[in-house]
Amino acid sequence: MQRLKDLAISDTGFVFDPFSGATFTANPTALCILDGLKRDLDRDALRAQLCERFEVSGDDLARDIDELVQALRLFGLVPADFEVA
Amino acid sequence: MRAPLTVAVTGLNATDNPGPGMAVIRSLRADPGFRGRIVGLAYDALEPGVYARELVDDVFLIPYPSQGLHALRERMEYVHARVPLDVVIPTLDAELPAFVDLAPTLRELGVGTLLPTREQLDLRSKARLNALSPKGIPVPASRVLTDVTQVYTLHETLAYPVVVKGPFYGAKVCFTLDDAVAGFHKMAAEWGLPVIVQQFVAGEELCVVAVGDGEGGLVGAVSMRKTVITDKGKGWAGVAIRDAGLDALADTFMRVTKWRGPCELEVIREARGGYHVLEVNPRFPAWCYLAAGAGMNLPHAVAELAAGRAVAPMREYRVGTMFVRISLDQITDLEGFSRISTAGEIVRGEGAAP
Repeated sequence: MQRLKDLAISDTGFVFDPFSGATFTANPTALCILDGLKRDLDRDALRAQLCERFEVSGDDLARDIDELVQALRLFGLVPADFEVA
Repeated sequence: MRAPLTVAVTGLNATDNPGPGMAVIRSLRADPGFRGRIVGLAYDALEPGVYARELVDDVFLIPYPSQGLHALRERMEYVHARVPLDVVIPTLDAELPAFVDLAPTLRELGVGTLLPTREQLDLRSKARLNALSPKGIPVPASRVLTDVTQVYTLHETLAYPVVVKGPFYGAKVCFTLDDAVAGFHKMAAEWGLPVIVQQFVAGEELCVVAVGDGEGGLVGAVSMRKTVITDKGKGWAGVAIRDAGLDALADTFMRVTKWRGPCELEVIREARGGYHVLEVNPRFPAWCYLAAGAGMNLPHAVAELAAGRAVAPMREYRVGTMFVRISLDQITDLEGFSRISTAGEIVRGEGAAP
């Protein structure tokens, strides 16, 4: 999880991984989830944070979180077996 | 306040496969405390750095390494007589053996260098890179070939794909025996023998520019990932990264080799975290201005150390600093070209001997 915590994230959604030099762009939803993951929020807390900032339904919330975590796994930013608690 | 240094730098061939000289010079100029004089040493009248008058004060042509040590010694003595030098920073692979051999003569003249020994130079040569493995530097398994028939037994010690390399430059990934035979002939024709065949290792290719103090200490190191690569495999853009594994590798390399001077480690980082040193280049890379831009001015440190001045170890730099190379046309008049072509020198600075 250290790589995730080391990510440099700007307010505009620009993400820099200092370990690999890779850069990404994140939309506001992804930024919100990344912020929560960096603070070790669990799934319920992540959902609450998303509900607070966006108008979304329960199904969308679960899908958004899972899709982002899968992308993070693909980019090697979290371990391959990482799951949100 | 330290006295201004006059620093001679080679490698002014800032082409699409640039020599490191201009990056070294820009780094020296970028140091806030640098008020010295830069002398460019060029092999050809059309090396672009010859005409970069805002960066290079004076330029002298020097003989190609093939002309022998005696010719280089005479020329350097002449240059030193015209413009008294404090330090020389050679930056090209092919000239390094000559400058290493010339270092004692230069020292007698009062000209400092920060160069590895001949033994260190040989140790990191592609043909002998395997010798670093027992010293704790992970390198891919390799074989040194002097005859094409040896290609046919590669499979006994290496598994395809392999990387076929020339002794100085050139590399080709080969997936089959036929590929490897063709690769052998290509490298032998372009660069001569021996041909080195290295086990291919999949992963991210990263580079580290580092300086050793010659006593086993690391002066400083900056890691970089190329973000744009030319058709010649050269980095045209890159970004400073930080990886504790690469830092440790640079530290270990300096400790076990007691490397003196600058070098570039070309490293493969596997997805699962292993490191393999593909090559050790015994001089600054052409991207070394990134180190200065990121806050760790390694060329300036080399100039200071070569002049016999103390430099504290440097450990911090700004991760995420990027370089994006640019190709510009310089405009010059015929006068400069005429002078360098006929007299072999352009002395623009003041105080040169007549």
